[in-house]
Amino acid sequence: MKAHTLSVLVENKAGVLSRVTGLFSRRGFNIESLAVGPCEEPGMSRITIVVIGDDAQVEQVMKQLNKLIDVIKVSDLSDNERVERELALIKVTAEVGTSRAEIMQIAGIFRAQIVDVSPKSLILQVIGDTEKIEAMEKLLRQYGVKEFVRTGTVGILRGSKTVAGGK
Amino acid sequence: MKTGAKILVESLQREGTDIIFGYPGGVVLPIYDELYDSSLRHILVRHEQAAAHAADGYARASGRVGVCLATSGPGACNLVTGIATAYMDSVPIVALTGQVPTNLLGNDAFQESDITGITMPITKHNYLLKSAGDVSRVVKEAFYIAGTGRPGPVLIDIPKDVSTSSAKDVPVPEKVHLRGYNPTYTGHKRQIEKALQLIAEAERPVIYAGGGVILSNASPEFIRVATELGIPVTTTLMGIGCIPCDHPLNLGMLGMHGTEYANFAITECDLLIAIGVRFDDRVTGKTETFAKNAKIIHIDIDPAEIGKNKRVDVPIVGDVKSVLADMLAILKMKGVHDAWIKRIRHWKQHHPLKCPDDGCLHPQYIIRQMSELLQGNAVIVSEVGQNQMWTAQHFCFKQPRTWITSGGLGTMGYGLPAAMGAHFARPDVPVFDVAGDGSIQMNIQEFGTIAHENIPVKIAILNNRFLGMVRQWQELFYDRRYSYTELPPVEFVKIANAYGIEGMKVEDPADVMPALKAAVDCDGPFVLDFRVEREENVFPMVPAGAAINEMIGGHPQ
Repeated sequence: MKAHTLSVLVENKAGVLSRVTGLFSRRGFNIESLAVGPCEEPGMSRITIVVIGDDAQVEQVMKQLNKLIDVIKVSDLSDNERVERELALIKVTAEVGTSRAEIMQIAGIFRAQIVDVSPKSLILQVIGDTEKIEAMEKLLRQYGVKEFVRTGTVGILRGSKTVAGGK
Repeated sequence: MKTGAKILVESLQREGTDIIFGYPGGVVLPIYDELYDSSLRHILVRHEQAAAHAADGYARASGRVGVCLATSGPGACNLVTGIATAYMDSVPIVALTGQVPTNLLGNDAFQESDITGITMPITKHNYLLKSAGDVSRVVKEAFYIAGTGRPGPVLIDIPKDVSTSSAKDVPVPEKVHLRGYNPTYTGHKRQIEKALQLIAEAERPVIYAGGGVILSNASPEFIRVATELGIPVTTTLMGIGCIPCDHPLNLGMLGMHGTEYANFAITECDLLIAIGVRFDDRVTGKTETFAKNAKIIHIDIDPAEIGKNKRVDVPIVGDVKSVLADMLAILKMKGVHDAWIKRIRHWKQHHPLKCPDDGCLHPQYIIRQMSELLQGNAVIVSEVGQNQMWTAQHFCFKQPRTWITSGGLGTMGYGLPAAMGAHFARPDVPVFDVAGDGSIQMNIQEFGTIAHENIPVKIAILNNRFLGMVRQWQELFYDRRYSYTELPPVEFVKIANAYGIEGMKVEDPADVMPALKAAVDCDGPFVLDFRVEREENVFPMVPAGAAINEMIGGHPQ
């Protein structure tokens, strides 16, 4: 069992996201994270899905996704050199005069940005892969994480290779 | 300028549709108004579920796309079981549903249901139309998607204002182009060669053939491949008819209620050639012991079926007909498997399917008499349960598309409406619905349709006053505790008569043949109420999850 990052190129049509996610739930596959947005091709969107499963399960997911008429191409990025990122917003308790400086130091180490300051809290924005974001959240926990919001992972192949193209 | 409803009817005709099964209602009034003076024939069913099954029966018997039509809300929801039935058995139908006007969508309007949402997991694809200008293109795509690749149902949801508003009559492109849909028809040449290599090396090969052979109209190629290679064939429930029952290489059906010799052959084979099948649990029993000593070749048009339930040595993705034709083109060897054939023949001689002969009226006997009378020149539809299994076991099918049954979903109530549809595909032969007293009552309102339209379907009810298959499981696995499976007696002939349909009650084996003849000779529909042995079982039987060579009512291998 390992995490696979699937890049799914779809027609940008009403209902396509529910076709894709419905397929996961009815076939009993779990989605770890999901990110959707328009892509370089007009009229198409790319969905990045992280799914945990053994190779046979993931192969079955990909084949079932491919059967959807609105799905144009499915690629598993996991076996390739790739860049993966997600973004998190973390609201941390930081009253004036207490641990603000420490929190800002941690932010610096993780190259996170402080995007909001109030007398009682800070909001940090951090970008990175899953491990980095989870590591940072863990470190901040001791100060009191009031809210933790993150996007799904997006991924792209390194080098000039792309996943686009006909099915 | 034309209305959406008019464009719809013209588009259906352009696709070659000559008949649709449907039921009117509020939001489909504009479509029904167009049908009123169209040459398209419409059959008014008595419940929308029957419309979907009738379209399905028509599609299976003809190989063409069947069409059904229902109104929004309850009408559309009533189609659901029929659509799911077609989906599980890969049957090409186009289901048309009315929908509330677009400005009311999502408002919980009267008779609104999200039918595209509801049917998403049971359709190959579906559409919610938003403009009359899209109608012709969407109908074209729907028929294309339904009928190509691995076939399946497609639903088009049509809001009322789409039907009433007008659009320019745009020319429809000749070819459908969908960038996300490109089924693979031609098998990979090297894979085919590899398969032939395995076949050449095999000593105990078996072909396991299913509905895919029939769907791709590959029977002639299939029989040639089996015969030239001299390989015994067993078929799934859905594959029955792809090779004549009396062909010397045919071992009949395999699986839960398969023949002993078919299940033994699978268990002992060293090469399994799976063609147009999906290794369903009712076929494989315990998957680990299914063909446990065999290498496996799997030919199927749907790549997702390959390796889904069982690891495969040589996968071939492609249309069965095309792959088999390619195989024949390079076939040089002649199969000689004398010792293996002899061993199978020994099983066949010693463990045939049984038909009790004690003077009582047994359902197996009725099916055999039917088979004797019709000689394969008929379309036989079944309901689901014991009636279905006895028919599959004891009727001698000789042609593809003459056996029509709900295999994957196992839908009780399927038979009668599917038989109606099958009649319109094959008006040249008698159409029988083999039913149980349980399943016939699930869509018995269709007596109204067959009487009204004089559809000459013959309904043979194996009446045992039980939900027989469930009772059989209770007998075998629940200590004969018949929890809610006993049915009170019903005089089906009287019900038939009330609709103006002729019928006959049969209690004596000697009366079976004359009754069957009377049914066939009758110009219209006919109901036969056979009062059969009440606690007859379907044997052999593989208990769910057991190895398929461990059969109740069977012998040790």
